[in-house]
Amino acid sequence: MPWRIIVGLKDGVRDARGERVRREISRHLQIELESVRTIDVYTVDAQLSDAEVEAAARGPFCDPVIQEVAVNRPLAHDFDMLIEVGFRPGVTDNVGRTAREAIQYLTGRKFAEGEGVYTSVQYLLKGSIDKVAAERIAHDFLGNALIQRWTILSRDEFDPRRGVPVTVPKVVSTAHPEVREIDLNVSDEELLRISKDGMLALNLEEMKAIQAYVADPEVRARRAQVGLGDKLTDAELEALAQTWSEHCKHKIFAARIEYEDGEGGRETIDSLFRNFIAETTREVRENLGDQDFCLSVFKDNAGVIRFNDDWSIAFKVETHNSPSALDPYGGALTGIVGVNRDAFGTGMGARLLFNTDVFCFASPFYDQPLPPRLLHPRRIFEGVVEGVEHGGNKSGIPTVNGSIVFDERFAGKPLVYCGTGSIMPATLHGKPCHEKKALVGDRIVMVGGRIGKDGIHGATFSSEELHEGSPATAVQIGDPITQRRMFDFLLVARDRGLYNSITDNGAGGLSSSVGEMSEDTGGFELHLDRAPLKYAGLQPWEILISEAQERMTLAVPPDKIQAFLQLAAEMDVEASDLGQFTSSGYFHCLYQGRTVTYLDMNFVHKGVPQLVLPARWQAPQARGLKEPVLAEPRDLGATLKSLLQRLNICSKESVVRRYDHEVQAGTVVKPLTGVVDDGPSDAAVVRPLSESFEGIVVSHGICPRYSDIDTYHMMACAIDEALRNYVAVGGDIAHVAGLDNFCWCDPVESEKTPDGAYKAAQLVRANKALRDYCVAFGVPLISGKDSMKNDYMIGDRKISIPPTVLFSVMGRMDDVRRAVTMDVKRPGDLVYLLGITRDELGASEYYALRGAIGCNVPRVDAPYALKLFQVVNRAQKQGVLASCHDLSDGGLGVALAETAFAGGLGLKVDLRQVKSEGALRADQLLFSETPSRFVVTVPAQHQAQFEEIFADVHVSALGRVCSEPELRITGMQGEVLMRCNIDELKAAWQAPLKEM
Amino acid sequence: MAKTVRAVVIAGNGTNCEREVAAACRMAGCDVADVIHIAELLAGRARLDDYHFLNLAGGFLDGDDLGSAKAGANRLLHARIQGSEEHLSDQLRRFIADGKLIMGVCNGFQLMVKMGLLPAVDGDYQAQSATLTFNDGGRFEDRWAYLKVDPASPCVFTRGLTGVYLPVRHGEGKFVPASDEVLSAMEQRNLCVLKYSDPAFEGPAFDYPLNPNGSIAAIAGVCDPSGRLFGLMPHPEAYVHRTHHPRWTREADLPEEGMGLWLYQNAVRFIRDHLL
Repeated sequence: MPWRIIVGLKDGVRDARGERVRREISRHLQIELESVRTIDVYTVDAQLSDAEVEAAARGPFCDPVIQEVAVNRPLAHDFDMLIEVGFRPGVTDNVGRTAREAIQYLTGRKFAEGEGVYTSVQYLLKGSIDKVAAERIAHDFLGNALIQRWTILSRDEFDPRRGVPVTVPKVVSTAHPEVREIDLNVSDEELLRISKDGMLALNLEEMKAIQAYVADPEVRARRAQVGLGDKLTDAELEALAQTWSEHCKHKIFAARIEYEDGEGGRETIDSLFRNFIAETTREVRENLGDQDFCLSVFKDNAGVIRFNDDWSIAFKVETHNSPSALDPYGGALTGIVGVNRDAFGTGMGARLLFNTDVFCFASPFYDQPLPPRLLHPRRIFEGVVEGVEHGGNKSGIPTVNGSIVFDERFAGKPLVYCGTGSIMPATLHGKPCHEKKALVGDRIVMVGGRIGKDGIHGATFSSEELHEGSPATAVQIGDPITQRRMFDFLLVARDRGLYNSITDNGAGGLSSSVGEMSEDTGGFELHLDRAPLKYAGLQPWEILISEAQERMTLAVPPDKIQAFLQLAAEMDVEASDLGQFTSSGYFHCLYQGRTVTYLDMNFVHKGVPQLVLPARWQAPQARGLKEPVLAEPRDLGATLKSLLQRLNICSKESVVRRYDHEVQAGTVVKPLTGVVDDGPSDAAVVRPLSESFEGIVVSHGICPRYSDIDTYHMMACAIDEALRNYVAVGGDIAHVAGLDNFCWCDPVESEKTPDGAYKAAQLVRANKALRDYCVAFGVPLISGKDSMKNDYMIGDRKISIPPTVLFSVMGRMDDVRRAVTMDVKRPGDLVYLLGITRDELGASEYYALRGAIGCNVPRVDAPYALKLFQVVNRAQKQGVLASCHDLSDGGLGVALAETAFAGGLGLKVDLRQVKSEGALRADQLLFSETPSRFVVTVPAQHQAQFEEIFADVHVSALGRVCSEPELRITGMQGEVLMRCNIDELKAAWQAPLKEM
Repeated sequence: MAKTVRAVVIAGNGTNCEREVAAACRMAGCDVADVIHIAELLAGRARLDDYHFLNLAGGFLDGDDLGSAKAGANRLLHARIQGSEEHLSDQLRRFIADGKLIMGVCNGFQLMVKMGLLPAVDGDYQAQSATLTFNDGGRFEDRWAYLKVDPASPCVFTRGLTGVYLPVRHGEGKFVPASDEVLSAMEQRNLCVLKYSDPAFEGPAFDYPLNPNGSIAAIAGVCDPSGRLFGLMPHPEAYVHRTHHPRWTREADLPEEGMGLWLYQNAVRFIRDHLL
């Protein structure tokens, strides 16, 4: 009989967690309760004595100062409704894992197979509440039915002697390992059925390629030699499905695209990746010549650039959209700890330096009925923010940069971008640290967490739209501590030279990590039964493709394996020798000595047929877009306030503060800045080495709204935005690399996607801009990712996200002490606008506020922008800028307001001074989103020097910083256009998300 | 041992700030500042006895899964040194008995409190007499806080200081003494070394955000009666240089050295005067 250890707060102790839950139930569900209290429950299912359980209960499980504890006896009392929420079987339970370890330390004995500790939480609700409302609270707020179960008991149903009936969510499986064979010698319809029913996400052509492979007599003869028949095994088909998934193979970026530009021009593009990404970087590097700072691009888990003679830095950004749609907390947590492994497992291994996060959500205040299976955007917001908080904070990595973008279409799928930067020595044991190679004979070693059914079909699942049958096993929950232990161990192993190669186990699990690493040697032999499992009952194919978290795969030379395993054991990290790398040419897996996969490596990695995609562009005018005719608002001050309150512009401080942005003591420009630390920084500056003042600058650009007009300019503006944020704080424009993360809606024309050719053309245009602008700016692309199926479809209801590219940049600055922040510093400083303003309000926040889209999308003049960035750099080096802030959403008006209230000082500016193309109205000058512009303030004594530096670019002398707390703008006729108190502007800007 | 000031930072199982703590020790003048993984201590290849200054760094020991630092305290209390009868806790007790210095920051402070090392009003280093629990706001938060120093405190780390400004970064930083008696004994012996305060360091702050977590009596840092054991929620290692300050780009007269460094410098001074 399992024990229940119940831990509650003593009477009279404030229950902050319960209070928060009560507040949020009121805010989000409009259910008012008198109080909520919480109780932690540990269900211990192990061979222990009563005394041992009692010692654990009174020891590590309870804080005697504020808590009381009971064993097998309830503590709940004085409530109207009780809800106990626990995990479903097999879901990662981190607290349960720590509880088990704590008992093991106490008793000095390890738990046996199948023994465990399971945690749950009891919420004691007081107030007038019925079962229906309680179910709503459990379902819509406290729990997620996909991963959790709950028990609801009213006061009358609760047995005060026994408490809540005991449930042990142990995985019980009677399944015996078996290998099924799949007959592919069947009709096309049957092939498609096999793909669909098996969650393989393979199309007919791909299924036919596999069918042809296994029908080849030569292949059959080879298979017979290892004891395999004429049919593929389940493990083989699953391995192919995940290796060939859109997620892993990027089939759309590798497709042959037949592009029509809408004006009669046609062009065949053989791989977007090759033509627009790889080629861009090649060209930029060639232009950089001996100034080339790229070290490793596209081939590894992250891109690597030079930092200085002794150190190299890596950066990777990932998305975790589909899992976050199902379980926002687990999906986002896994997203961040997953990209941590990418940045860590680059080259021979790199220490993690910083995280970035960018989320795209629908409004948390969404009040329409939700289509089936979608979680409310508020829950997504909450869960994602908390998942990234736990992933980043617990891992000791500062979250230095990010943003949140809102659009109703992200209700269909939220976008969760997580990035991580890392640092490695330039050389390790005499070799470049960013290189690695597995050798024939090296042992295949898996390190870290154990394998369970979690994450099975993650790769294939994320290659599909969200639908009715999306599997719960695709959800995983990360475990930052197990991962942290693994990283601590691996850095020691790296420095001792104990391995030859390392990679992450992410999408596709062992199949993918071992499969990819074995390309170095040309084959491998993997014994699936040697992999440690979380619980019994996994089939060989499940072991092969499970995406259970916190695992890395290494190639360890046979003469180092002993030392490697011993170090792992000492550092409390599980490491298992699963086989070896060979030159056999075969993807060879065995289970208990019997071959379960035997696939030609060439076929696995190169056998996927190329997609052919039609792409037809329709220009904005052809789609009926035109400039709206809008009267100029009478009170532009009120308009500015409304803009500041828009979700895309308002303060995100409530989220930013939940992330530790300064652990590691290297964050020199923090996300929040200004006189009371609440202004929005443009970019982060990180000083990675305590012995040097050299810095890393990190920023990003993202503007999906512009995709509604033209994805070409959306892409260009995202690049410009990332670079102007980067330059604003002092990043060196000559030493910066970019990462492109595409999130698209399905661009493959089909019955369910009749507009696929247009979406594919949008993709082509974004790629064209990527190449044009990165080459012009001299910014190499070093890494990227694409997520191509961000659609929701159930029944007739389809929601597609707006095409979105996150463009992240990382570069360096010579001396962090030259960094410039965005807040005004002193009264009397001069205020300038850098750059020219055009009538570019298409898809602006201002138009959106007034219910329009328009047509004049902002366009980037790259040579002009580059020159501007270079002179801003020069001014920063000479120390003439007191503040520098980029103009983006909401244009000049918003930038002026932010600059002023962040610094706690007023501004007096004259709109007549703004240099523009053509005559513009005041509202256009204030809210146009023309790119490549900055607002800077300059101490009066630097005026001459400043004007000399900026002689060749457009500079508008707008006015001065003043000590009166007022944004005062003079209009085109010399009239007072607005006088706004900066505290009021700030309050408006802070209000919308303050309570999130 | 030659006449060198030797500091150690224990790492592993979720500590996060070990590198910057070691850097702060070195900047403050420690001749040695080793980051030692707990596995090295448990394997017997490193010993606490070889150091003067033990640092318990911030982080999330075991994810704070059983409450902040609870599982970590359990490990330190029960872990045995390989091939010997000794527990790591024996080395720790000897360290204290030898008159050496311990500073716990954030999770390290939580660890000291939950092991009973602080406040240890009556010199009993085994029984827990206070705790650190969830912030009143119910959330993790990163923000800078003003801390008023009790000038009459026996704490060796804060000698000569009136106030410091440091970041807090925690979800469980609310200090709660076990009873009113413990609190009044602490106040009487001036063990409440640091209190959240107003920017002028004039008096304790009880309200959010100056008091970021609702700590009883605004307590942010605590020492034992000897003044040699010290724990605090704010992070001194996170302000050792001007550019750590959140407003360094606008406050031109900030000194090059950050205020957090002062605590480490006091520790080094004490070791040179008393332990070498």
